[in-house]
Amino acid sequence: MKILTSRHMPVLLGAMVFVIVLAVYLAVHPRGISSFVIQSYANSAAPLALAALAQTFPVLTGGLDLSVGGMVALTNALASELVHGSPLEIASGVLIVLSVGALCGALNGALIVYGRLQPIIGTLATGAVFSGLALFIRPFPGGEVDAGFAYAMTSILFGFLPVSTLMIAIIAACTWAAISRASLGRGIFAAGSAPQAARLSGLRIERSIIAAYVLSGLFSALAGLYLGFQTLSGDATIGAPYTINSIAAIVIGGLSLRGGAGSPLSAIFGAYALRAIGAVLLFTGAPPLAQPLFEGMVLVTAVAAASIALVRDPNRLRAYQ
Amino acid sequence: MTVNAIRLRGVGKSYGPTRALSDVSLDIEAGTVHAILGENGAGKSTLIKILTGVLAPDTGTVDLFDERLDHDGPQAAERLGLATVFQELSLVPHLSVEDNLFLSKPPRSKFGWIDLRRQRAESRRWLDLVGLGDVHPGTHAGQLSLTQKQLLEIAKGFARTPRILLLDEATASLPGNDVDRLFKIIADARREGLTVIYISHRMSEIERIADRCSVLRNGQLIETFPTHSRSHDEICRMLAGREISQVFPPRHSLPTDAPVVLSVSGLSAVDKVKDISFAVRRGEVLGIGGLEGQGQKELLQTLYGAIRTAAGSVTLDGKPFNPTGPAAAIAGERPVMLLPEDRKTEGLLLAESIRDNMLLSVRGRLSRYGLRNQVAEVVRSGDMIRKLAIKIASPEAPVSSLSGGNQQKVLLARLLLNEPAVYILMDPTRGIDVGTKQEIYALIRDLADRGAAVLFLTTDFEELIGMCDRVLVLYGGAITRELQGEALNEVNVMEASLNMTRPETIRNPAEMEIPT
Repeated sequence: MKILTSRHMPVLLGAMVFVIVLAVYLAVHPRGISSFVIQSYANSAAPLALAALAQTFPVLTGGLDLSVGGMVALTNALASELVHGSPLEIASGVLIVLSVGALCGALNGALIVYGRLQPIIGTLATGAVFSGLALFIRPFPGGEVDAGFAYAMTSILFGFLPVSTLMIAIIAACTWAAISRASLGRGIFAAGSAPQAARLSGLRIERSIIAAYVLSGLFSALAGLYLGFQTLSGDATIGAPYTINSIAAIVIGGLSLRGGAGSPLSAIFGAYALRAIGAVLLFTGAPPLAQPLFEGMVLVTAVAAASIALVRDPNRLRAYQ
Repeated sequence: MTVNAIRLRGVGKSYGPTRALSDVSLDIEAGTVHAILGENGAGKSTLIKILTGVLAPDTGTVDLFDERLDHDGPQAAERLGLATVFQELSLVPHLSVEDNLFLSKPPRSKFGWIDLRRQRAESRRWLDLVGLGDVHPGTHAGQLSLTQKQLLEIAKGFARTPRILLLDEATASLPGNDVDRLFKIIADARREGLTVIYISHRMSEIERIADRCSVLRNGQLIETFPTHSRSHDEICRMLAGREISQVFPPRHSLPTDAPVVLSVSGLSAVDKVKDISFAVRRGEVLGIGGLEGQGQKELLQTLYGAIRTAAGSVTLDGKPFNPTGPAAAIAGERPVMLLPEDRKTEGLLLAESIRDNMLLSVRGRLSRYGLRNQVAEVVRSGDMIRKLAIKIASPEAPVSSLSGGNQQKVLLARLLLNEPAVYILMDPTRGIDVGTKQEIYALIRDLADRGAAVLFLTTDFEELIGMCDRVLVLYGGAITRELQGEALNEVNVMEASLNMTRPETIRNPAEMEIPT
């Protein structure tokens, strides 16, 4: 079948990794498979899935967003200030949190496009700024997120379908449908694939690059918001690990860091797989403090595995692409 | 009354102290095919960039259909109805063929979304037009062969339904039958009022297609004239500003006892090279011909160690030759060196200096205790610059500041510095002006006469026939025919390239151009 050609292979591999890891997770889970286990697993993976989706867009343009963690922290802190009270206050709070995320992303995009900063350097700097702002807003963990709303967003439907998973699937599908049917979205792929060719063809890829970072900010805000639903409070230090983990997740899911091609499914499969790996490590008695060590090793292994095809390529000129 | 599609008035452009274009005034009548000729460095590419709005001139104005062109990017010229088919392919490899066709102006539905169904239908139409009917519109552009990419690039130009179409070396990698098709499309479109600016180095094509020609030299417009009012020789003289005596250097018959340098037996690699055997002797220029993408490139890269061999053996001076990579091929007692097909991406470090580019592959000798010997570097690169008559301001200038022909000479110098036993030259004259071409031909012949073995890949039949002592024609990764002497003529090369006789592609030999 044509669909099995190389360009769909990475995401299929990502799906396979997810299925295998999930099976292992459920098999070794001390409490076995239950509606509650599925619910807590899905909810703990949801912010990571959102952060990984955030990371997907800059990576498609051939860039990287190291401010994902900072944006998650800032929006989480903000949510603990704004998302409570009357329904109207909650709604406007959510809107403000998402707008701030998008604004942070727009700042990243503008720095990269107009400031001519390399994405890695630009977002590393803004990431520090966003984390600083988060600490300013919430120096100590605390605040409040509306419990009723949070309960709804973290519950499970029909005993097997977590609300968070359903929500992420819908948001990702809608975003993707829009991207593949808009010039702006086409430019995101073109920017990562052949920016010069795209420019010569009259495509305005600068706008697309900014849009990619805005989407990154928006999805980071969703992640920050969701963390608020889980903890019912805010914490300025909760976002930091999401930068590295969002990158690890998309790589495990089969997205190429070289940009130009890929699917949101990579982010989703990768995030859920990474969470399950973490949990399995915990069940098997690995010390919690060693988690970053293992996560780092998983990332290195995944990146190396993604490059294995290059080592086997008979064309030696492509060895380091 | 005639309408001017393009009007240039006093257009000039300088890069620092170099005048790329000075005071060019030119009217191009709507509905004509206008060829622009010029050596590399004559100002052609600068003129193209100004016409397409990518570059702003220092002086003068450009009008398209009596509207002033703003030089703020390709969109401005596109709005006025100018579409460009670029020589440097402007395709996005990860996007599909149809996405590429409509990259900047996709068909849209009511709400501004891209109308995928209409895009599919319309792309089928344009693909059919250029002869890519068998390519699925959903294929990634990166998976196409070079010829297909070039055709797609042309389709992309037509798909914008322009009033003016600028073709910049658009036939550089097209085989003859596709060129014929392109010319028919151009002729049809011209009848419907399309204005075509045609830039090519292939004189025979210009004679077939252009109504009028303009010749540029040293940034100045030398003359504009109706195509057939000047002879081939006159045009050549105008281009070069000097007499060109003959196109190809004379061949000397190879002594029958000339030793074999490189011998290939049953070589296979990737899936493009199938059971290839041949030998090339000292002093011989062996042509590698055929349609584009028939495994020629892979064969030569395999010999250079860039691609691992799957089967077969290669000997150099009778000893087994299995380089573990290009570095090993160069490092041997008797080096094998390759001039890559695409000088900009596979050959040069564009931002580095001319000297460093030249000395990139030099073995040992130029350093002491691991430190670079700058005196020796200056001397050796200076020798080469003089020997090859490379026109440069300073050897420290970035190589990207040179014209295409001079860039190619820098790459040739890189090979010459190591005095290889075998030169593998991949399309050494691609996109290069007549004058430099002649110099390169003479150089290649001289290298062979001094005892090197030369493997010469080219897609230009005239070159194959005029330059080579013997020619291997490849088809589908295998040698279909070996031609030399009287048998080495255009008809035979064409037949072999098409793998003998496919009824639908037979052409009447009487209609073919006979090389001069």
